[in-house]
Amino acid sequence: MELIHYLILSMLLFLVGAVGFIIKKNIISVFLCLELMLNAVNLSFIAFSRHLNQVHGQIFVFFVMVVAAAEAAVGLAITIVLYRNRNTLNVDDADTMKW
Amino acid sequence: MTDYLWLIPLIPLIGAAINGLAGKRFSKSVIAFIACGAAGGSFIVALLSFFDLLKLAPDQRHLLKIYFTWIESGDFVAKAEFLLDPLSAVMILVVTGVGFVIHVYSIGYMHAEDGFYRFFSYMNLFLFSMLILVLSGNFLLMFVGWEGVGLCSYLLIGYYFDRRSAGDAGKKAFIVNRIGDIGFILGVFLIFVIFGNLNFDAVFRKIAEAPEQFPLETGVGILTAIGLLLFVGATGKSAQIPLYVWLPDAMEGPTPVSALIHAATMVTAGVYMVVRCSPIFSRSSIALEVVMTIGILTALMAATIGLVQTDIKRVLAYSTVSQLGYMFVAAGVGAFSAGIFHLMTHAFFKALLFLGAGSVIHAMHGEQDLLRMGGLRRYTPITFWTMFIAALAISGIFPLAGFFSKDEILWSAWSRGHPFVWFFGFVTAGLTAFYMFRLVFLTFFGDARHSAEVRHHLHESPPSMTVPLIVLGILSIVGGFIGLPAWIGSNRFFAFLEPSLALAHHPEHPEFSHSVELGFAGLSIIVAALGIYLAYRIYLLRPDTAAALAARCKGIHRLLYRKYYVDEIYDAAIVHPALKASTDLLWKRADAGLIDGAVNGAGKAIQGMASILKDVQNGLIRSYATWILLGAVAILLYISLFRS
Repeated sequence: MELIHYLILSMLLFLVGAVGFIIKKNIISVFLCLELMLNAVNLSFIAFSRHLNQVHGQIFVFFVMVVAAAEAAVGLAITIVLYRNRNTLNVDDADTMKW
Repeated sequence: MTDYLWLIPLIPLIGAAINGLAGKRFSKSVIAFIACGAAGGSFIVALLSFFDLLKLAPDQRHLLKIYFTWIESGDFVAKAEFLLDPLSAVMILVVTGVGFVIHVYSIGYMHAEDGFYRFFSYMNLFLFSMLILVLSGNFLLMFVGWEGVGLCSYLLIGYYFDRRSAGDAGKKAFIVNRIGDIGFILGVFLIFVIFGNLNFDAVFRKIAEAPEQFPLETGVGILTAIGLLLFVGATGKSAQIPLYVWLPDAMEGPTPVSALIHAATMVTAGVYMVVRCSPIFSRSSIALEVVMTIGILTALMAATIGLVQTDIKRVLAYSTVSQLGYMFVAAGVGAFSAGIFHLMTHAFFKALLFLGAGSVIHAMHGEQDLLRMGGLRRYTPITFWTMFIAALAISGIFPLAGFFSKDEILWSAWSRGHPFVWFFGFVTAGLTAFYMFRLVFLTFFGDARHSAEVRHHLHESPPSMTVPLIVLGILSIVGGFIGLPAWIGSNRFFAFLEPSLALAHHPEHPEFSHSVELGFAGLSIIVAALGIYLAYRIYLLRPDTAAALAARCKGIHRLLYRKYYVDEIYDAAIVHPALKASTDLLWKRADAGLIDGAVNGAGKAIQGMASILKDVQNGLIRSYATWILLGAVAILLYISLFRS
């Protein structure tokens, strides 16, 4: 297994996440796509870390995981509040922040 | 005490600050004590400084005290400096002395008014500004005082701000004075351009010591220009044609204000300034002629208006305008000391007349119409006698103060070759006696024309008001003796003022024998007596003559009663066009059209541009995510294509 294989997998995962983020309307799905993108990036970090024989990438992965955990807590909280207030999980209905 | 010269203006300033900032919490007696104490303290310091000045030899009486550098910018240096010389010594004594007396009077007069502390704070602030004006050693500091007294005048005219007429009168005084002030400040600028300095000594010495550079000007020259510009300022402050219109309206203020500011002190600032600048004026024949002509015209015109006015304070206001005209006549014919002499005696008797009028108004519960007074002699004896003395003094009856000073002016006009000026001044003297005794007769003699209810309340004023009247009455009697004319003895007042006028140009004029002068003095008394007799005949002996006379000369009476329609003419010629131009051009076109148009146009343009972009911000998260993704792709593409 070469570096390129990991990167291709990472890219594919990221693309799935990004496209899913854009096309999905359910906020939970959007959220999952977000996590997918983060983990795609984590994968390439690990791959580079291994390839370059450096530990930096692995440290960064821990950072990303911590941020992802915090973000998951906040994001799910927002989801609950959104559902309570609007009675919907459709992100397109949360569009009041505009001109 | 001359080392403490700075105390003279500072004490009233402190009084003004204390009463102005904390006076609301003080009782009336504390406020009065602070204000009168400040005025009195200032008077004492002024008096001691004056005695110190007297101890010096006459040519040493010129003390310039420099306190600090006020403005320093390149070549321009203005210092905070006070000049004590005979001229400013006379002025500070008049200002603080008469000012103190009027402060005491105000305690009684204003006791029932709201804003007692406000009144006294403004009065003290006025004293401060006026003292800065007369003590200043340069033109710039003088201008500070000049503007300061204008401000206080405005504040005090509008003291009864809940009355619309008072507010309007205050604004009128302020705006008319502004016109004059433009002339004054332009004159000061011109002085700086020519002399590079604003210090009185430096400027006047330069003029006096370089006759080839500043010759006597018979035509138009630089000194003429400076003199005329400064005189524009004087016409504003001292209520001369064409800017006198504010003074009669200024009577809306409380009566002590009229006495202090609009009779005794502030309005004489113009005279003081002209005399202070005598080295400039005396070298320009055109400037002198303008001063003289304006002065005599104002004297005559105001006196004729005063003949028919029925408001007691307005009669006195026109009388003040007329007497100020006399002072400018004195300056215009080159008799500067005579002008200051009349300034001083006028301060005594005109302040007395105003305070007496205030006492009458006080007794009559605010009634100011002469036609509703009459017979007050019995009820207010002290007011009557003091006002009677003041009326005799202003009419020029020997040996009261006004006789000596007015006669000196008339004599100067004649002896310096201006017989026409003398003649008009002579006629004005007769008119003065007439309208002044018309006022006295209508107020104090004859049938009572007031209602029974008013009569029931008639009373003499409290001692705090009558004592100032008596003090000023005594001054009106003896004030003239310090300047006895040459045919009685030597004129000590003129000799005292001599050093202040040393740098002025004194042209030769023919000497007349004392008997000629005595003859003219006799003529003055005769015309005054004639005026008094006419008033007696018309208003006392046969009271119906006045109405009959007015009916017979309806046109003239109307013209005089409506004050030559000057206010109406100014309204039509200046106020109305200015208002119309402001409304149509400045407001509707310039402001609403141009400025508002530009502001709204800028807003509209931005709105237009934003309407293209604003759809991007649609609130949809998925749309934002797409843009972020596209942006990231674009950046990556850019890097991979152009940077590698």
